[in-house]
Amino acid sequence: MGGSTRAPEEVVRVNPTDDTEPNVHGETDPTTDDPLVDGVGGDPTPGTDRTAITGHDHRGRAATDGGSPVSQFEQTAEFTMSRGERRRQWFEEKLLAPARIVWSDWRARTGLLIVAFYLFMGIFGSYIVAEPSQNQGPRLLGAFKTLEYPLGTTQNGVDILSQTVYSTPAMLLMLTSGAVFTVFLGTAVGTLSGYKGGRFDSIAMTINDIVMTIPGLPLTIVLASALQIEGHPIVIGILITINAWAGLARAIRSQVLTLRESEFVEASRIMGISTPKIVIGDIIPQLMPYITMNFVQQARAVIFGSVGLYFLGVLPYTSTNWGVMMNAAVNRAGATSSPAAFHWLLVPMLTIIGLALGLTLLAQGADRIFNPRVRARHAESIEGDGDDEDGSDPSTATATAGGPTGGV
Amino acid sequence: MNYILKRLGQAVLTVFVVVSFSFALIRLLPGGPMDFLRAKIIRQGGSSLSQEAINMRIEAQTGITADAPLHVQYIDYMTGLLGGDFGESIWLGEPVVSIIGPAIPWTIFITGTALFLGFIIGISLGAFMAYKEGSRFDVGATGVGLFLNSTPNYVVALLALTFLGYKWELFPTGGRYASELTEGFNIPFVLSVLHHGALPILSMAIVAFGGWALNMRGNSIRILGEDYLRVARLRGLSTRRIAIRYVARNAILPMYTGLMIAIGVSFGGAIIIENIFAYPGVGFYMIRSISSRDYPLMMGAFILITVAMVIGITIADLTYGWLDPRARGGGSRESY
Repeated sequence: MGGSTRAPEEVVRVNPTDDTEPNVHGETDPTTDDPLVDGVGGDPTPGTDRTAITGHDHRGRAATDGGSPVSQFEQTAEFTMSRGERRRQWFEEKLLAPARIVWSDWRARTGLLIVAFYLFMGIFGSYIVAEPSQNQGPRLLGAFKTLEYPLGTTQNGVDILSQTVYSTPAMLLMLTSGAVFTVFLGTAVGTLSGYKGGRFDSIAMTINDIVMTIPGLPLTIVLASALQIEGHPIVIGILITINAWAGLARAIRSQVLTLRESEFVEASRIMGISTPKIVIGDIIPQLMPYITMNFVQQARAVIFGSVGLYFLGVLPYTSTNWGVMMNAAVNRAGATSSPAAFHWLLVPMLTIIGLALGLTLLAQGADRIFNPRVRARHAESIEGDGDDEDGSDPSTATATAGGPTGGV
Repeated sequence: MNYILKRLGQAVLTVFVVVSFSFALIRLLPGGPMDFLRAKIIRQGGSSLSQEAINMRIEAQTGITADAPLHVQYIDYMTGLLGGDFGESIWLGEPVVSIIGPAIPWTIFITGTALFLGFIIGISLGAFMAYKEGSRFDVGATGVGLFLNSTPNYVVALLALTFLGYKWELFPTGGRYASELTEGFNIPFVLSVLHHGALPILSMAIVAFGGWALNMRGNSIRILGEDYLRVARLRGLSTRRIAIRYVARNAILPMYTGLMIAIGVSFGGAIIIENIFAYPGVGFYMIRSISSRDYPLMMGAFILITVAMVIGITIADLTYGWLDPRARGGGSRESY
């Protein structure tokens, strides 16, 4: 929003130094056949797209509509919006349109509902279900036998439902910390390395490739057993994904390599904008779909890895979780060979699949939220408000990269 | 040529870093493996052991001379590893190499076969789904793919073990091959190996192919909409040529990096699978070594898994330039 409000007065300041600028990049932007960007390049009323030249508003692309006989800098916007209107438009663009897209896609909708259910279970579950304790009920009661213990009990008579529910907060914390860690580090290394190139790139990628080649789970096992850490979920989450950032950094770097040559990045560079600003303002918004997908996929990887290693009994833990339950079911009750204990193993397994499925569906949906073509269709309902170019909306820039960012 | 040398140098550097890292982990951590080993030897030998005898024991097991200066220890350790001396297992009392060395081919056998099967089935299915986009088959297969993609392989392994292994007794529940057979290239032995390896391989391949199929589907659909494909059709090229040279090739290439990462992930993931099926591969010994706090064996397994992976990834990387000529000219970009 900041960009749009300061626009008119800055026009005057930039004018004397820069007014030959528009012709630098050739005539038209080849990517403007997208309905959303249409207004930027070929807008016949060049009064609405000034912000790109005056300030760095994530596009810098209005400069490419050169050829207009009147210097663009001498015009001002033809109409203004009140604060309230702007706020409403921002709300519609940023929240309502994505929400509508998510809701219209069955995959994203299901994914969202599933993840919301697990969140609910993690936050409020402990108020609804009684705390797990030994000898709550009969030993090794099967699932769906009584209403009191719907998912059965363990060998020590612990209610499996309450154990499952009480494990949720730790698991959610773990997967969030792992995903945040990976995505943050991976994006930072990948974008900087891909954008800067040269020596920085080769040094960063040498280190990156070494880290990437070390097998993740064995590394986690070795570190966990040598470091003697305590089993706080946040620490475990990071430990599980200790070198996953390198793979993400590599993938992001290869996408940045093509992005760095695009016109809007070149424009920003010519204007002398600093590297961190270009990376944050121009490059990262383009990669948002990919990054979001990876966040969700990473969260799923943390569940898979942590539950697997807890199942093997090689990670420390402070409170019980799904992997520990599986370990106990197999090692104490022989759940794989004795049918009486099978439900003890099955419940945590289904819980994991459920959450992973929710995250997978959400990742698929995230792709659609950021896909500008889908977005444009849903934004049409608010287009009547006029210049949707005005807000400093980085997502319009996504149009240039749109399709090919599906990726791994 | 230059690139190949660079890539090989990178591989050597990676192994070097990992080995140095494991030295640091064993030697430098206070209260870590070294102190533990010392305490254990004292406990076993009673107080009768002299300091020197304890150090000798430690040296035999880890290849580290405890009272030498640090850099000497480091050089000793590295030269020992170069000569194939990974120390002695505390748990089994044998040299680590003679435990893990024979286990490596078995791990490569199950992970490699699983990866290959999953990838081939996945991309064929994905390509077919893309051609039938929107059909009932596509929707159904997408649903199955999503579900498989959300299932960890050890869940499949546990279910397979429970039902196919114990309940219906169709497959053995552990081991590499039937114990009464002699190792060699004869039909009963090969059949027994396949029979024992079937469940580990299946449980890894089944969940893997869902992900590959979805990926391939997405890539193919994108490429089917490209302009150059329309041109290819207008040129009257045969459907077969378009499908293989234009669509398949371009759809698979972006997945190649993913495949390289998957090599690593499946090497790691095999640890869990091997323990579920009591399949004596590298990961099996690695986990057993942790419960007996057998650091030489654990670090030996870790180093060898890494080396195997570095070799795999290096080969994959070197062949990528051959697959995709565009990838050859790297490193010549302008620096900003």
